[in-house]
Amino acid sequence: MEFQIIWFVLWGVLWAVYFMLDGFDFGTGMVHKFIARNEVEKRTVIGTLGPVWDGNEVWLLTAGGATFAAFPTTYALMFSYLYTPLLLILFSLILRGVALELRNKEEGEAWRRNWDAALVVGSFLPTLLFGVAFGNIFQGLPMDAGGYHGNLFTLLNPYGLLTGALFLLLFLVHGSVWIAFKTGGDISARSSALAEKLWNPLLAVAVVFLAFTAFATKLYDNFLGNPAWMAVPVLAVLGLVGTRVFLAMGESLKAFYSSALTILMVVFTGVIGLYPNLIPSSIDPAHSLTIFNSSSSPYTLKIMTAVALTFVPIVIGYQIWTYRIFRHKVTPEDTMKSGALY
Amino acid sequence: MDALTLSRLQFAVTAAFHFIFVPLTLGLSMLVAFMETRYVRTGDETWLRMTRFWGKLFLINFALGVVTGITMEFQFGMNWAEYSKYVGDIFGAPLAIEATAAFFLESTFIGIWIFGWDKISKKAHAVSIWLVAVATNLSALWILLANGWMQKPVGYVLRNNRAEMVDFGAMLTNPYGWLKFGHTVLSGYVVAAFFVMGIAAWHIIRRNEIDLFKRSFRLAAGFGLASSILVFIVGDFHAAIVAQSQPAKFAAMESVWETQKSVPYNMLVVPDVEGERNSVSAAGVPGLLSFFAFHDSDAEIRGLKSFPKDERPPVLATFLSFRSMLVLGIAFMAISLAAYLIARKDGLESSPNLLRVMPWLIPLPYLACQLGWLVAEVGRQPWIVYGVFKTSDGVSKAISSGQVWASLIGFTLFYGFLGFVDIYLLTKHSRKGPDGILPATARIA
Ligand code: HDD
Ligand code: HEM
Ligand code: HEM
Repeated sequence: MEFQIIWFVLWGVLWAVYFMLDGFDFGTGMVHKFIARNEVEKRTVIGTLGPVWDGNEVWLLTAGGATFAAFPTTYALMFSYLYTPLLLILFSLILRGVALELRNKEEGEAWRRNWDAALVVGSFLPTLLFGVAFGNIFQGLPMDAGGYHGNLFTLLNPYGLLTGALFLLLFLVHGSVWIAFKTGGDISARSSALAEKLWNPLLAVAVVFLAFTAFATKLYDNFLGNPAWMAVPVLAVLGLVGTRVFLAMGESLKAFYSSALTILMVVFTGVIGLYPNLIPSSIDPAHSLTIFNSSSSPYTLKIMTAVALTFVPIVIGYQIWTYRIFRHKVTPEDTMKSGALY
Repeated sequence: MDALTLSRLQFAVTAAFHFIFVPLTLGLSMLVAFMETRYVRTGDETWLRMTRFWGKLFLINFALGVVTGITMEFQFGMNWAEYSKYVGDIFGAPLAIEATAAFFLESTFIGIWIFGWDKISKKAHAVSIWLVAVATNLSALWILLANGWMQKPVGYVLRNNRAEMVDFGAMLTNPYGWLKFGHTVLSGYVVAAFFVMGIAAWHIIRRNEIDLFKRSFRLAAGFGLASSILVFIVGDFHAAIVAQSQPAKFAAMESVWETQKSVPYNMLVVPDVEGERNSVSAAGVPGLLSFFAFHDSDAEIRGLKSFPKDERPPVLATFLSFRSMLVLGIAFMAISLAAYLIARKDGLESSPNLLRVMPWLIPLPYLACQLGWLVAEVGRQPWIVYGVFKTSDGVSKAISSGQVWASLIGFTLFYGFLGFVDIYLLTKHSRKGPDGILPATARIA
């Protein structure tokens, strides 16, 4: 197999795992205010993210770094073309990180309230903007020999916004299910109820998204050419249904796995549909960025393959170990006790 | 201003800001790991309380280092797209390796360390802070190998309109990158040593937790003495490799205009950039500059005049930054030697003057670090990759000056605010002792 293809697969996996993991961080960041009724509950809800959010975010840094190393032209053009939305994503991620780490470093009602608001904004904006950005990548960006012909407002087209809405609802549900499974008692019951409530609009938006995709993008061409791949979107739908079913059964861990599956498969659906493009051009297919015309040299790709195949399994190993160490449910008592350093 | 100038300014602002937090992370992670190890070995609760006190300050600083690092990862593509296209085949690799091999490790184990106090064994807990410390130093290694490649490109050919890697090993063993790594990491240790000594002195003078803070001071003084000597030695080797591989930068660092053999080291120099000469150069030691540059007091040094004007870096900024770093470096050795000797003889409480100045010295190593980066990066101009690719060719074509104005103003305001919050929190938590109590107002002497 050619190295470009290996790296295309890895590229998709890095983004998919990133959204699956940081997705519940974003979701939790957005809904924590609606689920927690007092400071102790709030700390409990936010405490579910404490040990893991930074490790989750590094998947984004790795996706960025891997794009740079394997497809430098795509890294360069994608990030400079999408300058303003990326900037907003950066600012929001900074705000989110600071909010999570600093809200408990000072007593005081106002201090906490402000950081909580920052957490909501810093979780909402990246979710929406990543959705809009990927929607536009699925459609293709207006680029040709003369460079890029869009701006922030051309990105806010119906399909881009629809994808933004899809990401929002996916992560809202994912985050609520995460809280339901990581906490107990009232908090868990409330977030589980919220997840069920949010599931209906999610289903509606998902159906519209799947239909609209047929008109707005060429993503389905690859699936028509090779129907076996249809398994991927089918799994996405199964995950979606599974989330609802398991929630109703009170099986929040299974519901969480289901919604994680949905997110992975939604991203894979997009990625498979893109192949061999990384970013198609919406106006001149000759100027699409493909994995062949934007990649690094075979030598670099070979070295990076060795690096990735060595380190990524190790990373996955110790990250799973971390989730196991912190597998117990987070309780308010626990949160107040272990606050010494946090 | 055009998008190029603004992007340069923005890079300088964001990189310099990231590098406020990085040095302390590099050094304090080591010190905290050492303290916790002592606790696990001896069972002495004071080491545990030290771990927790300094650990809290470490975490506040670490959080800011992490969030400002995100910007760094993306702005090569956002503002320097032409650069990224041209060198991505080589430069992207260390960045990607840094994320996979270092960031994952530190971000995961810092989570375990913060939340794992009662979930894993004492030993495993101490191991996790060591992993964090090693990983932060590893991340410095990879990013500095990347930067070392920009300073001294190796192992590449120009092909397909870009620089392509042909020898990964050459990049891995680039002596420029390794010297940069050694020097930068050690400078981070100096920062941490002065940080700990300064805060400990503040408490000792208030007779607060004397035992704990004297122990911290002693530890930091030894660490600071060793690191400041080593930073000097490695710095000397670093200067030598600059002289070999970037003669224009070296000439600017020392403000040497004429090409000469056996060049003296002048203590007093006032450059006259317009007149392409030094209006004052006095108190010289014969042959010493040649010796610094090539470890041979007869060696020839190329003067600035031998470079076309458009291939000379800004002389004044490079020269002044380098001189100031040097003076500071010598001062750090002297101060940490004094501090170490006094602390070892258990004379801290009877040296109120030392205790009184130490807190005020905390900013100086930070300043030295910033000055060092100014030398390295401004001195490399007009090249972004020395001798291969000019900074002015590297800027993104798709961005307008309006966009960069907006982002530059945004970063400045946002970072200014974060800096304010950071200083506020660090001051507050440093003043409170290990038990979260402000010391009484009684003072020594
Ligand atoms: C506590 C901080 C500190 C101190 C005391 C010193 N330095 Fe330094 N220096 C740095 C912190 C630093 C730095 C921030 O870490 C830099 C920036 C880039 C680098 O590699 O390290 C640096 C850069 C830097 C460079 C430029 C590297 C380049 O162009 O790529 C040289 C030649 C030196 N240093 C040499 C010295 C010498 C001879 C010192 C003798 C006292 C010295 N430094 C003290
Ligand atoms: C180690 C990784 C680093 C890399 C790869 C890097 C790379 C770059 C790049 C691409 C530029 C833009 C082009 C230019 O104007 O020179 C730049 C400029 C600059 N960087 Fe760095 N940098 C690094 C670290 C730092 C750090 C930590 C600092 C801060 C203390 C710093 C300070 C600067 C400054 C001041 C400029 C502006 C120089 C000028 O415009 O004349 N750099 N660097
Ligand atoms: C200009 C290029 C640079 C880039 C692209 C960069 C990137 C990053 C990123 C993305 C993080 C956050 C990691 C996380 O989320 O855990 C970070 C933090 C950090 N960086 Fe940088 N950085 C740069 C310059 C430097 C330099 C020059 C050094 C050291 C000499 C350094 C050392 C560190 C350290 C020690 C941290 C502390 C926290 C952490 O890594 O998690 N970085 N950097």
